[in-house]
Amino acid sequence: MNFDYNEEQQLLADSVRRFLAKDYDFEARRKIVASEAGWSASAWSTFAEMGLTGLVFPAEHGGFGGGAVDLMGIMEAFGEALVVEPYLPTLMGGLAVARSPLARSILPAVVEGKMKLAFAHAEKGARYDLGFVKTQARKAGEGWTLEGEKAGVVGAPMADRLVVSAAAPDGVALFLAENPAGKPYRTVDEMRAADPVFRGAKAERLDGGIALVEELTDFAAALVCAEAVGAMKFACDTTLEYLKTRKQFGVPIGTFQALQHRMVDMFIAQEQARSMACLACSKVDQATDAKERARAVSAAKIKIADSARHVSQESVQLHGGMGMSEELKVSHSFRRLTVIAGQFGDADHHLARFAAL
Amino acid sequence: MDLNYSPEEAAFREEVRAWLSANLPPDLKEKVASYAHLSKDDLLRWHRILARQGWVAPAWPKEWGGTGWNVVQRYIFEEELGYAGAPPLIPFGLTMCAAVLLRFGTEAQKKRFLPRIYDGDDFWCQGYSEPGSGSDLASLKTRAVLKGNEYIVNGQKIWTTLAHYADWIFCLVRTDPGAERRQEGISFVLIDMKTPGITVRPLMLMDGAHEVNEVFFDDVRVAAENLVHEEGKGWTVAKYLLGYERMNTGRIGESRRQLAALKEFASSRIQDSRFRDRLSRLEIELMALEITNLRFLDRMRRTGQPPGADVSMLKIKGTEIQQGITELMLQAADPAASDAFTEAVRRKYLSMRKTTIYAGSNEIQRNIIAKMTLGL
Repeated sequence: MNFDYNEEQQLLADSVRRFLAKDYDFEARRKIVASEAGWSASAWSTFAEMGLTGLVFPAEHGGFGGGAVDLMGIMEAFGEALVVEPYLPTLMGGLAVARSPLARSILPAVVEGKMKLAFAHAEKGARYDLGFVKTQARKAGEGWTLEGEKAGVVGAPMADRLVVSAAAPDGVALFLAENPAGKPYRTVDEMRAADPVFRGAKAERLDGGIALVEELTDFAAALVCAEAVGAMKFACDTTLEYLKTRKQFGVPIGTFQALQHRMVDMFIAQEQARSMACLACSKVDQATDAKERARAVSAAKIKIADSARHVSQESVQLHGGMGMSEELKVSHSFRRLTVIAGQFGDADHHLARFAAL
Repeated sequence: MDLNYSPEEAAFREEVRAWLSANLPPDLKEKVASYAHLSKDDLLRWHRILARQGWVAPAWPKEWGGTGWNVVQRYIFEEELGYAGAPPLIPFGLTMCAAVLLRFGTEAQKKRFLPRIYDGDDFWCQGYSEPGSGSDLASLKTRAVLKGNEYIVNGQKIWTTLAHYADWIFCLVRTDPGAERRQEGISFVLIDMKTPGITVRPLMLMDGAHEVNEVFFDDVRVAAENLVHEEGKGWTVAKYLLGYERMNTGRIGESRRQLAALKEFASSRIQDSRFRDRLSRLEIELMALEITNLRFLDRMRRTGQPPGADVSMLKIKGTEIQQGITELMLQAADPAASDAFTEAVRRKYLSMRKTTIYAGSNEIQRNIIAKMTLGL
């Protein structure tokens, strides 16, 4: 039993944090978010130089063969800095491709930072039901064509290719397709998404069906748990700092017991969330079957959803009016934590799944 | 990062589990499972079974009977005791008084008291709270005046758990009412409960159980050699003990057993998604607490440092979970049932409200984290 990152994991997380502190502070992030593209090409190429874009892919494609635990420290750092680049969508897309022969032509470019992907699975009306896929795939000669509409695909506007789920004659299947470039929009947490529409678009079929969708979604859910821990850490740290410096009635407001106890409860929620993120990421890497993995991920996601809401709401409340202000980073961690609470399944969804397992 | 126990740790758990299944008397296990009253004889019988095995005081130094287990093994042992449904080991002698004597006691005090604690010859209780001094413990008034080689003790303690079983009480008393800092006027003394002038009066709690007492001291003569550490240093001793108390309040093994019992008891209600979701949330709270507890142990094992103030969160979350389980038990019970077990479930709910109050209320624990960990 050991809860530390190993030396490599720690060194990588430290260098990511150093880079983010230097080149991705709140002001730099504000410019990226305000830009037309909504992401930073220079940040992305640094991620690639640091090996982040190759970390989880097989060595034969230039990657390092890492797992969820290897990504935890990075996701935490991304959560603290509120990184908006489409890192997770690219990992999900890449992992969907990784088991197919197509990996040879796609993954080396992803690893090098020259290709970004997005995972186009969700559709309007599906909510969190992973089996709800109306997009149709039809055989067309040697290849396939896609017909249907995906929705809320984070990272789609900047993706070079999309991994798309569609109903094939033999069940839900995954495909690699050109990006049809739907109209981009901003999400609540200031990322970019689109609703790609496929009208007879050509696509190449990948290996794996609904089980792979579930596996990738659990993987991503475990990673946003780690990201949430980082965002919560930021929210707790900055709120604690505010309690120590903001004065009212002639004293720092942190001297008031009503606020101290709420701060302590935020701190405890963050620690409990960290514990569950460790569990989820470990089980994603080590679980012997899908049920064991799903149970740990759902448990973690419920806890993270609850604590993300608790910590984010309290961080704004304890800042008073300033917490509502666009100027303060805490209002942005609030947005990200709000989205994470529902991303890849909200607490109600995972409660139902947890009970059914 | 590896959340799995090592093969050695897993083997250790198996060893403890096998021993427990062979040596935990079925009648005691049944009493615990049915929330029945445990008599002094019940408690001591189990204590002595463990003492004979050499396992009653794992944390003590080996020379005094400790097992030499590391913190993780000790945690596994406690978890297995709780999960098996063993009667509780009363902490006042084994955990608290012993920890104080081992850290602050003279050789003579250690030789006199530790073997008797180990063998279950002396039953101890804790004399801390007073009618006017609960959370504000340092305001305590019980007075001890040194006359010759004796202290004369006058005053009153309250909420004294199992004082009616106890042979000895360790007490915080005021030896110097004029001390500049009131904490500096407090001393830690050991008092024989058979000394003339001590009166124990039961305090019945809302579940109808006699567990706590008032203890009155009326010109009680205590040999000066029963002072622990120096006069006026009792607060230092008390603070040292606090960390010990908090590290042991998670009760994860016991909660796991209770949760399993709850699932069985509530099987007819599990289809109700409102009930089921509350049960799941509680189960997940317990998972999170277990891992958080292991993170603390891992840190202690690596750094060799005693736990920081942030272990207070284990007390807060552990007791909330214990209460949550009994609350769901209560709600799962058929409202029209009056069988013995259902009645015991209702009493247990009443009784468990104490957990967020005792051993430093959860509000005091939050004060501790706010001050010591967060610097507020």
